[in-house]
This record gives sequence, structure tokens and C-alpha cells, in this order.
Amino acid sequence: MDLSLSTRTVGDRTVVEVGGEIDVYTAPKLREQLVELVNDGNFHLVVDMEGVDFLDSTGLGVLVGGLKRVRAHEGSLRLVCNQERILKIFRITGLTKVFPIHTSVEEAVAATD
Amino acid sequence: MATVELRFSALPEHVRTARLVAAAVARRAGVDEAVLDEVRLAVGEACTRAVGLHQSGGISAPVKVMLIEEEKQFSIEVGDEAPHAHRTDGSAVGAGGDVEAEEDEMGLAVISGLVDDVEVMAGEHGGSIRMTWPATPSVVVLP
Repeated sequence: MDLSLSTRTVGDRTVVEVGGEIDVYTAPKLREQLVELVNDGNFHLVVDMEGVDFLDSTGLGVLVGGLKRVRAHEGSLRLVCNQERILKIFRITGLTKVFPIHTSVEEAVAATD
Repeated sequence: MATVELRFSALPEHVRTARLVAAAVARRAGVDEAVLDEVRLAVGEACTRAVGLHQSGGISAPVKVMLIEEEKQFSIEVGDEAPHAHRTDGSAVGAGGDVEAEEDEMGLAVISGLVDDVEVMAGEHGGSIRMTWPATPSVVVLP
């Protein structure tokens, strides 16, 4: 399965809905999308990972890169994920401490630091 | 010979194929369903690392994946042909510089976090990652 991406605006947040597999082949597509959003002035991103079937370290790298970019503009990058197998990858790499991970898009959109 | 052997050109688009094949053979070998996600992820990480090493080193040889079914265990060995430079701390990095080295380490971190039994080998003529999981061959129960 390939990667699917769609974006929408909720208040001052930009929600990126990701579906499919994020790996070494598809991760560049996600990177491009995040870079484009930040270049267009969207600094508060919510990445909805509920439709993601597979995520590897390449995908993690892209998310960390996205976080770095939005932080340069005092922005934020929040994740939405309830899938245990995806959450596990964030845990074993220690990235649960780096990303705020929410259980729903509504919760992520409403969250403030 | 390995139960199933796979060779693919060092291109990112083939890593998914390697994951699918590895998971299918692991399932057949009796690896627990709950562990198959880990097998898929670990073999993907190992192949991604090998593809990166071949690409940054300009190596045209294919990446090799061996899926080995044994009596009570299932092993996957992913081999690359990249010359590995040894560091003083004993770990190996590719020749591609710091960025690749960091990504390489991230992949290895995921593998060692996922798999209890991992062996990383690196030499002048290439390296390999061997990962082993327990397997219980399915018992056919007659009605």
C-alpha cells in the first residue's frame, strides 16, 4: 500500500491525515508535504496517524525533521495515534518524550503547551 | 541453503517486498502472530540500512536476505556488501558521513529495541544483521 496524504485547517492548526505505509520509499513524500506546509507559513501541525499501517525509523526521522522545522518558527507538531504497534516504535526510540501524542484530532487541536 | 533467499537491487521500493516475503515465511515457520509485526519492522529496518549503505557507497550488488527456518527458531539474515570502517568503540558505520551514520544508528536502535537475539557483523567486504525469533511449528489437529 502506498502513502496517502491530505491536509485540512482547523482553527490555527493544520491537520495532516496520513494513511498507508511510511517507510524508506514513501517517507520522502511525507517530508515534502511537511516542508511545503512550513514554507507556506503553517507552523502548528497535527499529524493524524490513525490510518498508518506501518512506520519505520525513516518515518520517525521525517517527523523529527518536521518538529525541528516548526520549532524554528515557535510552532508545534502533535501526533494523533492510538495504535499500539505504532506507539511501540515511539516508545523504544524514546520519542514519546519528544512528541506530544494524542488520542484524537479534537484533543490535539485543543491542546496548548 | 536458507529456506528462502531473496536478492534485490538496492532500491527503497523493494524494501516493502522484503518485508512482505519475510513476514509470510515467518508465519509459515510458526513465529507467533503477535510477533509478526516486529519481524516485519526489524527486517525492514535491516534492509533499509543495507540499501542506504549500498547507495552511499555506490555498490551495484544486490542486498541479500536469508530466511532460515530451523527446528525451534526462525532467523533472518540481511547481508550487505559495503565495506565497514571500524570505530574504536567496536560499532561500525557506513562510509557516507555523519547523516547516514545517524540514520544507520536509528535503524539499529529500533532493531535492538525490538529483537532480543541480534548479531551485527561488519567486515571489510560487507556486513550482516542476523535476527532470531522462537518458532513453534504448527501442529495439525485432526477432527
